[in-house]
Amino acid sequence: MSATQTTLRRTPLYARHCEAGAKLLAFHGWELPLHYGSQIEEHHAVRRAAGMFDVSHMLAIDVTGPGARGLLRYAFAGDVDRTPAGRALYTCMLNPHGGIVDDVIAYTFADETYRVVVNGAVAERDFEWLQSLAADRAPAACLVPRRDLALVAVQGPMAATRLGDALPALRAAAGALAPFHAVFVRDWMVARTGYTGEDGFEIALPAPHADCLWRALCNAGVRPCGLGARDTLRLEAGMNLYGQDMDETTTPFECGIGFTVDRRDTRDFVGGAALAAMPPRGRRVGLVLLAPGVLRAGQVVHTPNGEGIVTSGTFAPTVGRSIALARVPAGTAPDIIVDVEIRQRRLPAQIVAPPFVRRGVNLVAHRLPPNQE
Amino acid sequence: MVKAPVDLRYTDTHEWVREAADGTLEVGITDFAQDALGDIVYVECPAPGRQVTAGEAVGVIESVKATSDLYAPVSGEIVAVNGAIPDHCEAINADAFGAWLYRLKPSSPGETARLLDAAAYVRSVEAAR
Repeated sequence: MSATQTTLRRTPLYARHCEAGAKLLAFHGWELPLHYGSQIEEHHAVRRAAGMFDVSHMLAIDVTGPGARGLLRYAFAGDVDRTPAGRALYTCMLNPHGGIVDDVIAYTFADETYRVVVNGAVAERDFEWLQSLAADRAPAACLVPRRDLALVAVQGPMAATRLGDALPALRAAAGALAPFHAVFVRDWMVARTGYTGEDGFEIALPAPHADCLWRALCNAGVRPCGLGARDTLRLEAGMNLYGQDMDETTTPFECGIGFTVDRRDTRDFVGGAALAAMPPRGRRVGLVLLAPGVLRAGQVVHTPNGEGIVTSGTFAPTVGRSIALARVPAGTAPDIIVDVEIRQRRLPAQIVAPPFVRRGVNLVAHRLPPNQE
Repeated sequence: MVKAPVDLRYTDTHEWVREAADGTLEVGITDFAQDALGDIVYVECPAPGRQVTAGEAVGVIESVKATSDLYAPVSGEIVAVNGAIPDHCEAINADAFGAWLYRLKPSSPGETARLLDAAAYVRSVEAAR
């Protein structure tokens, strides 16, 4: 609501958002749609049919040339050598202490040819970080920040059908893509990835083409969705938000993304030694509130093993209850009921293992106490 | 354009107040407030019988976006809550001025004099922008 003093950056789709009546918000220096009317309806559109998100604030960094592979094998906790050409790798970059610099998706396209997509909030810092590592380890590698690209996510069970309806030229290539794979169709990169727990695509395309794609998707019945729905969808999908559920002070093992760390060989990577030497100081769990109310970031969680904290909380439209991601003491049992302090009251919440929702299905309903559902 | 029906009174914390023939007051939140909050998912109203003071936080409104307090526009006693709201919070987003949340009996007839009329409320919202 409050007007900002600094100039906010706008994506290539800004005019489309205004035209659609979006409520805009300032998000890490960008002016982005929060919703276009109802955040909850947008959420349901993605779970039940198809929605689209302008995520052009995120940054694609192309990493190519001699040493690109060695640079990424050193910079990432995951190993790009494990991903063949055309495959995406979800992993993270660590600092020397094992704290998370950012979570990223790295696409391998050919020998020494990669694209890394990083969070918008820390994009410039990430680029500088990779550049500084390259200066030491791979001076001949070429790092190009692709601010000339727009990024659009099309998500939902109807995403493939409606993307094909909108752009028949993409139908065959998109339809043939396996999950977590990517392909170039001329100069558009189409990836079967997303941040919602549904089937879908993320498309990186030259900024001047973005308007055309957006309009075609609109006409094909894909609903524009804002950051609000993006947040409730990713939280139901059990996916972390950088800066909220993880940051430079948390290790991957403390925030539920230990699977992004590849320790299968002796590869040296930034933060690897620190991770090996440090037992996790807590662990990530999902919470489902068993009483009326809404879980929010910062609320204290009382467990038999000590206090924890809610890192993200919201009302979850598909679950029909409030859910959260929380960091709790490492020894906390995986399925107990804990208390969350909400405005000086302690309310019961069930610990569950995320995700809460996957492919449209509410996974937690049967995990709640019998009198709760 | 800030919506504010002229037959209602307002607070600068975005409650609206409708005076019934029996002197009790229906209280809700304004259209501006619902728009700023986004989809409302949970409302906690004060219990009937509770004595409240003007400006006191007496309840909570949770939206997909944020938690905000619900204030008592005047001093008095809570006499009823709208039982239809908890299961249909979307009614507030659909028609904020049609969705009363609780009913209040003012402690004295002069209590409503402190409230804003529609024009003053619109001015206060626009001034804050």
